[in-house]
Amino acid sequence: MDWYPLYNSLRIAAIACVAVFFTGIFAAYYVAKLPRLVKGLLDVVLTLPMVLPPTVVGYFLLLLFGVKRPFGIFLARFGIKVPMTWWSAVFAAAVVSFPLMYRTARGAFEAFDEDLADAGRTLGLSNIYIFWRVRMPVCRQGILAGTVLTFARALGEYGATSMIAGYTPGRTATISTTVYQLWRTDNEALACRWVLVNLAISAVVLLVVNMLEQKQKGKTR
Amino acid sequence: MSLLVDIEKDYGGFHLRSRFETHGGITGLLGASGCGKSQTLRCIAGVQTPDKGRIVLDGVTLYDSEQHINLTPQQRGVGYLFQSYALFPNMTVRANILTGLRREKDAAKKQAAFAHAIHLLKLEGLEDRRPAQLSGGQAQRVALARMLVSRPKALLLDEPFSAIDSHLRDQLQVDLLALLADFPGDMVIVTHSRDEAYHMCGQIAVMDAGRVLAHGPTKQVFADPRTVQGGRLTGCKNIFPARKVDDHTIFVPDWGVDLHPARTVEDGLVAMGVRAHYFRPEEARNPLAVHCVGKMEEPFEWIIRMRAEGQTAESPDIWWRVSKEIVPEIMPTRLGVAPEQVLLFYE
Repeated sequence: MDWYPLYNSLRIAAIACVAVFFTGIFAAYYVAKLPRLVKGLLDVVLTLPMVLPPTVVGYFLLLLFGVKRPFGIFLARFGIKVPMTWWSAVFAAAVVSFPLMYRTARGAFEAFDEDLADAGRTLGLSNIYIFWRVRMPVCRQGILAGTVLTFARALGEYGATSMIAGYTPGRTATISTTVYQLWRTDNEALACRWVLVNLAISAVVLLVVNMLEQKQKGKTR
Repeated sequence: MSLLVDIEKDYGGFHLRSRFETHGGITGLLGASGCGKSQTLRCIAGVQTPDKGRIVLDGVTLYDSEQHINLTPQQRGVGYLFQSYALFPNMTVRANILTGLRREKDAAKKQAAFAHAIHLLKLEGLEDRRPAQLSGGQAQRVALARMLVSRPKALLLDEPFSAIDSHLRDQLQVDLLALLADFPGDMVIVTHSRDEAYHMCGQIAVMDAGRVLAHGPTKQVFADPRTVQGGRLTGCKNIFPARKVDDHTIFVPDWGVDLHPARTVEDGLVAMGVRAHYFRPEEARNPLAVHCVGKMEEPFEWIIRMRAEGQTAESPDIWWRVSKEIVPEIMPTRLGVAPEQVLLFYE
């Protein structure tokens, strides 16, 4: 059995997860401070990838990075071609999983007692210190749960990935695209093995999320 | 030592217009919940920005809308004790207090200041606890320690005793007063309790619906609250509409009698008030024929509800508080009020 799809899926999910961790948290932090109207609009835009079919996300990504599109042509000048590379799948996974991080972080920040931040400011603590040493630790469980969910969603990404990265064994193949490809070519036994691998990873992820949520409940009681 | 506050802020449906001045000592902001006293405190600390106005502390402008000055809370250096104490739940007592000392670079001085604060606030043995493991009184002391070690120029205390069991409040008030006695700067305490304001504050500002109604030495404000809301907030139970008759006479329509207050009656009189303790059966001046309609027993006092003879049905009862030792078995049919105890309320 060739383990490349597992390795590829893990690295795509890991990179996407790190990128989404920071962008999702900062989006959540700054969107929460905006005036209500702008907040509502931005919230819709930032959450859309979660409810859109992934193929629609893939369509937009191809509009942006396609080799015949303006931005794609611009990138080609520097010798950069995005579609059909393993790392193009990072974009697909990141965009699709971004709303999960954004929304869980926002939920955690909304439950945060702003008096704590205000108290820190009157004590002369810098805003950066307050963010990393008070806000983030207090919201720790919610943010961890969001990160795990993001990783899981990135790992399972299929639709947008298959559109922008395609399926090339040993290059762009991920677990999900491999399962489809194996099924399509009547290799049911191998497809089943990958399904089991995927099930195992997802079950572990959900266990972790549940544990974190239990801990959060225990703390607020 | 001085603090000048003259600010306005629109909260959409609620307009805050806070204006008062202090010169050292403790000032109480007395008002019902939602009157704008906490918002005023937040604006002084800089965690909220007013729409316009001016805040000057010890000659330093913290905020001035015309000069576009708006110092950050970090630059203001004003200590703020939050109603909930706002201890960082992820940190131990020690770490919480040390956040107030982050700007102190000298490790020896830092340690000395920390040890002094632990000793001063009797926190020995609690250093490694988390805020969730502290009682209300302990949490308050930790928050005070954290605030005081940051060497603030002024102190703002938002309802410092609201999270404390009532039977502990008196002692904690005494402790807090002793602790703050040495503090050189201005202190503002927000409270809705007239007792707390009276115990702790040399001067008070009475707030209602976003405005400062009365402002001055505490005893003076209690003796002459000037407005109906001020009378209520300082605990006056009996407030009735009244009209000016002449400079020394007012008419109370609900009771159908003339009263003669000690203060000269000014134009614009709308109501009068008598505190529940100040009715006296033996007082011959300002007599009022009454009958008893109910009694309520308190541990050390009677609260007796009376009605004046001929009092209109929709008019509220008269409340009389009297010590248990002197409650007569037969209710008096006549109560009097000393002229200096008749409060006059204007528009």
